[in-house]
Amino acid sequence: MTNTVSLLDVEMRFAASLAIRRMSLEVRSGEFFSILGPSGCGKTTLLRMISGFLQPTSGKILIDGQDMRDVPANRRSTAMIFQSLALFPLMPVWENIAFGLEVRGMSKARRRQEAERLLELIALPGYGERMPHELSGGQRQRVAIARALAIEPKVLLLDEPLSALDLKLRQRMRAELRELQKRTGVTFIYITHDQSEALAMSDRVAVMSAGELQQVGEPLELYTNPATAFVAEFVGENNIMSGTVIDTFGDYAVLEGAHGRFVGRRSATLRPQMKARLYVRPESLSVDRQETENRLVAISKRFDFEGAFATAHAVVPHDSDPLSVQLAIPHQHLGQAPDIGKSFVAGFSRQDAVVLAHE
Amino acid sequence: MTDMPIATANSHKPASPLRHRFLASRLPDVLPRLAFRLYFVFFLTYLLLPLLILAAATFNRSSFPTIVPWLGTTDMWIAALFRDGEILKALGSSAVIAAGVIAISLPVGTAAALVLTSLHGRARSVLYAMMVSPLLTPGVVIGIATLLFWRKVGVGGGVALSILAQSSFIISFVMLMVAARLQRFDRTMEDAALGLGASRVYVFRRILLPFLRPALVGACFIALLQSFENYNTTLFVRGTETPLTIFIASKVRAGLTPVINALGLMMMVATVIGAVLWEVVRHRKRSTPGAGR
Amino acid sequence: MNEITQRFGRPLGACFILLVLLWLAGLVLVPNLTMLDFALRPNLPATQLGGPKDGYSFDNFLYLWNHPSHGWIFLKTIWSSALVTVLTFLICYPLAYWLGQVSTPRQTSALLVLLTVPYLMNEVLRGLAWYIILAFDGPLNAALVHLGLLSEPVRWYGDGGVLAGMAYAYLLFMLLPIYNSVSTLDHAQIDAARDLGAGTLRIHRRVVLPHAKVGIATGCVFTFMLAAGSYMAPALLGAPGSRWFTQLIYDWFFESGNWNRGAAYGVTLLVLCLVAVLGMLRLFQVNLTSAVK
Ligand SMILES: Nc1ncnc2c1ncn2[C@@H]1O[C@H](COP(=O)(O)OP(=O)(O)OP(=O)(O)O)[C@@H](O)[C@H]1O
Ligand SMILES: [Mg+2]
Repeated sequence: MTNTVSLLDVEMRFAASLAIRRMSLEVRSGEFFSILGPSGCGKTTLLRMISGFLQPTSGKILIDGQDMRDVPANRRSTAMIFQSLALFPLMPVWENIAFGLEVRGMSKARRRQEAERLLELIALPGYGERMPHELSGGQRQRVAIARALAIEPKVLLLDEPLSALDLKLRQRMRAELRELQKRTGVTFIYITHDQSEALAMSDRVAVMSAGELQQVGEPLELYTNPATAFVAEFVGENNIMSGTVIDTFGDYAVLEGAHGRFVGRRSATLRPQMKARLYVRPESLSVDRQETENRLVAISKRFDFEGAFATAHAVVPHDSDPLSVQLAIPHQHLGQAPDIGKSFVAGFSRQDAVVLAHE
Repeated sequence: MTDMPIATANSHKPASPLRHRFLASRLPDVLPRLAFRLYFVFFLTYLLLPLLILAAATFNRSSFPTIVPWLGTTDMWIAALFRDGEILKALGSSAVIAAGVIAISLPVGTAAALVLTSLHGRARSVLYAMMVSPLLTPGVVIGIATLLFWRKVGVGGGVALSILAQSSFIISFVMLMVAARLQRFDRTMEDAALGLGASRVYVFRRILLPFLRPALVGACFIALLQSFENYNTTLFVRGTETPLTIFIASKVRAGLTPVINALGLMMMVATVIGAVLWEVVRHRKRSTPGAGR
Repeated sequence: MNEITQRFGRPLGACFILLVLLWLAGLVLVPNLTMLDFALRPNLPATQLGGPKDGYSFDNFLYLWNHPSHGWIFLKTIWSSALVTVLTFLICYPLAYWLGQVSTPRQTSALLVLLTVPYLMNEVLRGLAWYIILAFDGPLNAALVHLGLLSEPVRWYGDGGVLAGMAYAYLLFMLLPIYNSVSTLDHAQIDAARDLGAGTLRIHRRVVLPHAKVGIATGCVFTFMLAAGSYMAPALLGAPGSRWFTQLIYDWFFESGNWNRGAAYGVTLLVLCLVAVLGMLRLFQVNLTSAVK
């Protein structure tokens, strides 16, 4: 597999702040690649560097193996879809879609034809003569995508394109985007701060925090093997236990904290005496396990039925540091659910827990 | 709370002996309204009567424009207007100057607005102060300053100098109008077009300029009016040229006849027609939003 | 600089910057500096230019200071312009308030058209209308005598005429800014004040006027500046006893041929206007950017 976009030791400094810390990143051709991170962590900045609106302070950006240093935005083989969409309000839909072709000097007749073809692709045939303000939010969204696809970019850059839509439409557009990407085979680099969106749509996800790359991997890998405490806490729900590493053996570490001693998988750099946190998913924590290690005695507080799963909220009592935990119980096992107010024993396997360094 | 219903009950009581007291208590309510009515009538009279008198005097036979005494109704002054070569010449002179002013102030004013809105912070406010300063300078001063400098470099009074002097402050008007519209421009639109492969010049021509068009049309209109009606500045830089305002003013003190009123009447009619058309066009545009391109 | 060439590309950006520089330098800054230069030099025949007598001095300004009547005319121009400003404010404020807060949208647009039409016309024609009305045997005298308010006609040309004509000429420059800022006041604030027991006067003093401050400042700045720099109204409607400072400037240029002294008078007028503008902005605590939009 070849790489379409490579970032080599890229760094971006604005007058006062370091928006992107030195990072390297490879995006493979034809993949749906998401960049996930909280607001202000530098996602847009990264995208604007790839599209050529910003020059990195240092480092190199390669597209298809070519250094992009002196290539301005309008001569890169990328197309960007903006958070605000930025459709041209004074042009009808078809002119919007064909704008990139117009720039390239294509004849009007062929432009119209091409616009019609793309309108078919986005399932809006016959909408060419409408003005952008005569479309619904989702339709506008699709026009913006068609406009970007019209120039047959190698890479499509999408900056939180769904954030302005309501929940239902957002879910539908997710599926449509994914499907469109499969059909066209164009590399998508997709920015979002919504972790469920990233996990659902992407081939691979990069997680960022405060200008720093935390982890790159397939969604399942991020979920099961978070590389840093940030990823473990940002992606999905987790039960968290803090403490100090007292021993390591093989792939495992023993953590001692206020609520007892626990064993979990560890990262290679973890050493005894380090402050660390142990993470275990609600669905990996279960009632009445027959194991001797990794046991918690908790009091059940609340019970939320959510369909396929129910979430039990419980507290592990402690004088100074009571610990809240959640258990996800599949609906066919609801019989085992602890009664409210009663204390019960919950446990997890060392395979399902991760111990990560934490300041 | 509790005494409110009592108060309303009292005011509904048919108290005929108390009627004058009732009126007196309403007086503070009625008086301002009455005063405002009077003021309103006074205002409209002050605003419109002079123009009506100006127009009416056109049709009086009297050779000095007035409405008292009325010496008989005639249309001879209007006929005389169209035979008056001097007036037509003055009109032509004003038109040439206005065309020149528009040709200069639209591009420069637009450039000024673009430069201004691309800047931030202190540089912006200093530049802003410089750009609006011609609006805060008396027209007479603009006239003499322009005359003194450009005479020195070899451009004497006349059409060219009138164009330069008027442009100096009309550019400021254009700049303000364009800048107001630019504030509503979403700059990611420029990035979007660039990202689709357009050159910067193409983005300017195809995206920014069409967006500014309404402001430019308005500015063109304002520039035309300002140029046509300018007197104080043009007075100093006209050389031997006689644009319309200068011509009218010179006639007022010497040889004023109702021909000038006829001219005023024509301009009034043109203005009213223009204003009505403008309103109609604006209305039509608003009722069919799709046609707004 | 950089931001501009980056946004529009080098050729286009450079072109914009060049246009702006040409305007600000060639039509604003350098002409005004030239005027100052002229003002500080004596009026010499061409042969003596650059000779020993050609040096800088304040003689031209001292001449104004020491002249028996010119200093007086200067002060009177300031005073009368201030009077015009106050007068137009008083005339306009109630209507601006009504337009901004009370009237229905239909009434507003009808009145705005009525208001702007006279002002789309020539300033000189507006002056001419008053010239006709105020004539000795004109309609105003005729009406007043007829009504028995005057026993015999009065000479209106002079201070009174100039004042009336100016207030008329610059009405809209006061009305529109005030209307604009009054219309942004949330009517609920007025209702709230009334609900708390404030009377009409107090509501205006404490709620409406403070809110409309920016508009009032803008209106006053422009009206004062236009009045002080006006040549048309005093020339048309004045009498020998009501000379305006701008008329002195005109006379130095085109009657006495002493451009240096004329330039000194021009600089004086410019400084007066700048001081007045800055003073008024300070007084109203408004900054330039919000006053001139
Ligand atoms: N032009 C700029 N000048 C200075 N600082 C900037 C500039 N653009 C971005 N930054 C800073 O860089 C950091 C990253 O900004 P960026 O827009 O990339 O965040 P983001 O991850 O896209 O956030 P969001 O999810 O809110 O869009 C922020 O702290 C921001 O303040
Ligand atoms: Mg962003």
